[in-house]
Amino acid sequence: MTYTQSDLATTDDGYVPSARRLERERFQRTRARRATALAALSTLVTGAVLFLVITHSPGWPRTRATFFSAEYARMALPKVLEGLLLNLKLLVVCGAAVLVIGLLLAIARTLRGPVFFPLRALATAYTDFFRGLPLIICLLMVVFGVPALRLQGVTTDPVILGGSALVLTYSAYVAEVFRAGIESVHPSQRAAARSLGLSSGQALRHVVLPQAVRRVVPPLLNDLVSLQKDTGLVSIAGAVDAVYAAQIIAGKDFNYTPYVVAGLVFVALTIPMTRFTDWVTARMDRRRAQGGTV
Amino acid sequence: MRLVNRPTRLAAWAAAALLVTAVGCAPQDESPGGGSAAGQDKSCDRGKLTTVAAGKLTVGTDKPAYAPWFADDDPANGKGFESAVAFAVAKRLGYGKDAVRWRTVPFNNAFAPGAKTFDFDINQISISASRKQAVAFSSGYYDVRQAVVALKGSKAAKAKSVADLKGVKLGAQVGTTSLDVINDTIRPGTSAAVFQKNDLAKSALKNGQIDALVVDLPTAFYITSAEIKDAEVVGQFRSDGGAAKEQFGLVLDKESRITGCVSAAVDALRKDGTLAALEKKWLTDAVSAPVLK
Repeated sequence: MTYTQSDLATTDDGYVPSARRLERERFQRTRARRATALAALSTLVTGAVLFLVITHSPGWPRTRATFFSAEYARMALPKVLEGLLLNLKLLVVCGAAVLVIGLLLAIARTLRGPVFFPLRALATAYTDFFRGLPLIICLLMVVFGVPALRLQGVTTDPVILGGSALVLTYSAYVAEVFRAGIESVHPSQRAAARSLGLSSGQALRHVVLPQAVRRVVPPLLNDLVSLQKDTGLVSIAGAVDAVYAAQIIAGKDFNYTPYVVAGLVFVALTIPMTRFTDWVTARMDRRRAQGGTV
Repeated sequence: MRLVNRPTRLAAWAAAALLVTAVGCAPQDESPGGGSAAGQDKSCDRGKLTTVAAGKLTVGTDKPAYAPWFADDDPANGKGFESAVAFAVAKRLGYGKDAVRWRTVPFNNAFAPGAKTFDFDINQISISASRKQAVAFSSGYYDVRQAVVALKGSKAAKAKSVADLKGVKLGAQVGTTSLDVINDTIRPGTSAAVFQKNDLAKSALKNGQIDALVVDLPTAFYITSAEIKDAEVVGQFRSDGGAAKEQFGLVLDKESRITGCVSAAVDALRKDGTLAALEKKWLTDAVSAPVLK
């Protein structure tokens, strides 16, 4: 809420806004009104044109029956939600595993000292390989390759195997994010910590990592949203997730409405996450900018 | 900070762009194959149907094209049951071998709304009432029976009846009637594993990730004879199980003008014994699988 000087006209400090000032404020108000009206009009026109183009296209009746059939939507929703449970389970379990493994990999890559060379080299090789390997190939290899070995005591459950493949790939992504965070912490921070008598492990734990993690929260959440959508790929091994549940109905009756339902369900799930990301980022910016913005 | 110096000019451009879009999306001329459903070719003139490409018959099928329906993943060689049927239908319609073009059409594209890139699609697609809302079918060219495949000596291989399969982990390909058989007829305790392609389902069977696989009978015999040697056909489902007889049909665009002609050709081939002969030639004799009570 901004309030102008003229609101203070009633105060008793004897100030009376000049006619010119009042004129200027009036002008500004009309401009603002005009801008709002224009925006509304432009939105209306755009919406109307899009609506007319779509509903007057020759294939619209069939498109509507194929993609927006209320009957199929009702039929698909419970099955899609049932499949979504699998997506969410995978998201929680894999997400936690990915964060831990990614952080360990990043730390392994940023260790100093010649004695750690093999560890550094291994972590580097791992991230290079799994960041470059297409996820779908990684999934196929793990889900169908591991059971083919017929190892005693190794699971053949497609969900567990698919989840491991997701963890393999995504830890590599997340490791790189964490590493970028760690390397963005100014060397003077570490130097100061060491000169206060902290060991290098303590410096990492109490000084470097807290700053590093805070800095990479937005890209981390980005990867989490991405992981949430990729959990559906586990269905390659026969497990039924939300998208696959939709595909089963679509393939049976040749109607695409279930896909639309599944898409909307995923979007509805992602929006809160995105808002949360924005909120975290904004809060961090406020904290960093204590003392007012310049 | 203003990103645009002249909002009015930008708005004018945007409006112009919208208009162009609207004009560009305006109904295009109806393609020859896209008449109304009533606009059937009356005469079925040999070789003169309203096809996607004039004077040619374009036939679609998925890739990979599985045996025994096709041979060597090449639908154009005339080998395999469906390849032979497609050529026989084309011949009936007055299109010789040279006038038939094959096109790769993934299963999901066969029923997508919008203009089709094929005159008919032959891909072991079962006729059903709800599917007829989206596409047109010819008359059926093959009576399908579903069968169960399991590894020899496994618990599933000993099944004698449908009830014996209730405690078994079953798998099937997405979009197939095999999956419907699992869900509607067997109703197993654990939900079925659903695969994008039969290849993946076969791997899962070999790996023991599923106990048994439901496929159509010819595919079942092909799997056990050529692909997974230590698997056997456990049995087939009764085709008269209350439901109407299941048949594979050729898929055409809902608005296709040649559906009547293609159906007539298939009916004629059934009548003169061509279909039966082709079945005998390309598909394993299906009588030898025990029927699951």
